[in-house]
Amino acid sequence: MTMAGGNYEKYKSDGSLAGNVLEWVDARFPATSMWKGHLSEYYAPKNFNFWYFFGSLALLVLVIQIVTGIFLVMHYKPDAALNAAGVPVAFASVEYIMRDVPGGWIIRYMHSTGASAFFIVVYLHMFRGLIYGSYRKPRELTWLFGVGIFLVLMGEAFFGYLLPWGQMSYWGAQVIVNLFGAIPVIGNDLSIVIRGDFVVGDATLNRFFSFHVIAFPLVLIGLVAAHILALHETGSNNPDGIDIKEKKDEKGIPLDGIPFHPYYTVKDIVGVVVFLMVFSAVMFFAPEGAGYFLETPNFYPADPLKTPPHIAPVWYFTPYYSILRAMVWNFFGLDAKFWGVVAMGASVVIFAFLPWLDRSPVRSIRYRGPITKVMITLFVICFFILGYLGTLSPSPMGELISQVCTVFYFAFFLGMPWWSRMDKFKPVPERVTMK
Amino acid sequence: MSNQGKVDCGRRRLVVATAAVGGAGAVAALVPFVSSLLPSERAKAAGAPVEVDISKLESGQMMTVEWRGKPVWIINRTKEMLDTLPKLADQVADPKSEKNQQPAYAQNETRSVKPELLVVVGICTHLGCSPSSKFKAGAEEGMGADWLGGFLCPCHGSTFDFAGRVFKAKPAPTNLEVPPHVYLADTRILIGEDKKGA
Repeated sequence: MTMAGGNYEKYKSDGSLAGNVLEWVDARFPATSMWKGHLSEYYAPKNFNFWYFFGSLALLVLVIQIVTGIFLVMHYKPDAALNAAGVPVAFASVEYIMRDVPGGWIIRYMHSTGASAFFIVVYLHMFRGLIYGSYRKPRELTWLFGVGIFLVLMGEAFFGYLLPWGQMSYWGAQVIVNLFGAIPVIGNDLSIVIRGDFVVGDATLNRFFSFHVIAFPLVLIGLVAAHILALHETGSNNPDGIDIKEKKDEKGIPLDGIPFHPYYTVKDIVGVVVFLMVFSAVMFFAPEGAGYFLETPNFYPADPLKTPPHIAPVWYFTPYYSILRAMVWNFFGLDAKFWGVVAMGASVVIFAFLPWLDRSPVRSIRYRGPITKVMITLFVICFFILGYLGTLSPSPMGELISQVCTVFYFAFFLGMPWWSRMDKFKPVPERVTMK
Repeated sequence: MSNQGKVDCGRRRLVVATAAVGGAGAVAALVPFVSSLLPSERAKAAGAPVEVDISKLESGQMMTVEWRGKPVWIINRTKEMLDTLPKLADQVADPKSEKNQQPAYAQNETRSVKPELLVVVGICTHLGCSPSSKFKAGAEEGMGADWLGGFLCPCHGSTFDFAGRVFKAKPAPTNLEVPPHVYLADTRILIGEDKKGA
């Protein structure tokens, strides 16, 4: 068997018209080779479970965001100037899409629901990687491309959130751009370069629009391609965390592997149908997601003179936002503000180091002991608590709890080289297990 | 593609030189792109001073004007408000305004030119939110029982007193900024410049 990128025999026509066309194409473009390498002869472990839906769902949401985005750009105007009615043009154009463009409201709700759906799906996808050790050797690059996708996605979401030019858009951008101002020496100039002005204004809106619709989507698509290519080079991990390539038949096909197409394409269609049911329910009946997907202050146009009484980022940023707020101490003569930014940045980037922090002799949580299970459970609980606290106004109790959770968040990663080794392990099976 | 260790040194030098020149060209090509990210000439010119009429500002009231896209507060402080300032000297981070957050003429106990009139940029020095006024002492506006009145930043909880001085152990590193300003007349302030008619 050859894996992706290998040499497959060129297609030989059976004399039919379609056959002749495919032979002509195949002599000039690796059509058969790509089809086989990535789909019909890409052998994936046969024991994929529920958690393996979220990779293909992330791809689906990416397509939803690109298609709806293309149509939104046809009506949206990135302009912070006030129109004749005294409303910023950008804000008014979003209202125009919602009220006057035929089908505009549904396209916009697809896009706004899609943003939250993207993060839900990606977080579940990352959790899968965490519990089954999908980032372990030889899949480190797949994981790193994935972390890259996550970072770009956060940027993409942040830039996109400014575009409606509502109160939360404006003040959210104000806070995040000022974060860069906390970097010693270059910070102040850097935040001016990001804004393109001394305050968040029209220049900022226009460049964020450019990043949101051109630069970041291009990078995102490139990273997604790299993520999939790297995965198909090594082959997929599975819930048992064992390597199916070690047991092959006489043709070189893994005994526990099944072709991605049609087996997993059909399985993923089931996931897509269920996902779209939930997605549509949110889109039609709760597009604001109880104030978590679309925040109430964003229904008021941006006012540079007045911060809403309670501002919080969208839910998918709140865990990191809590970590930012948890840092209230000055160290080494640098402001707490700077350390908050450092901690927030580190809390995201630290995921990239997982392949080297995890020293467990087995990949999957199925064959790891109580220490791993307790640590991962506590980590998830901390993540949720930090996320919840990030949606609330600051309070002394919230600050203390978020500090405890922040310490554990980092202890989970930085202590991993030790706790991952100390655990009790079960012997891994020779072949994958299925119920 | 190995030539069994035979390297044409002249050719290799040419390749290195070509790559270096090409690289320098590529870096030079970044200049217009990076400079386009800087504030435009129009943005730089937009910092004109603002003249404010404060004749209608009653004692205990506050007004907000826009200067360089930022809110500037003018607060006509009552005697009670001013009386809180000395009491807070040990609770605020920079009681004597030693950090350079105000012009020299506002580096005093009330951080103002005229004792009762505070002119301050209403932008939190932490991450740029605009703090909310919490003028009533005590727990009435959701503050602690020992609160004497001032401002609360809704974003990260920094608190400021009636002179815009930040309380200790809060995320904001410095006091609120006092912009350059000058009294053109008793009830007219020019914000953004220090000298009359300059």
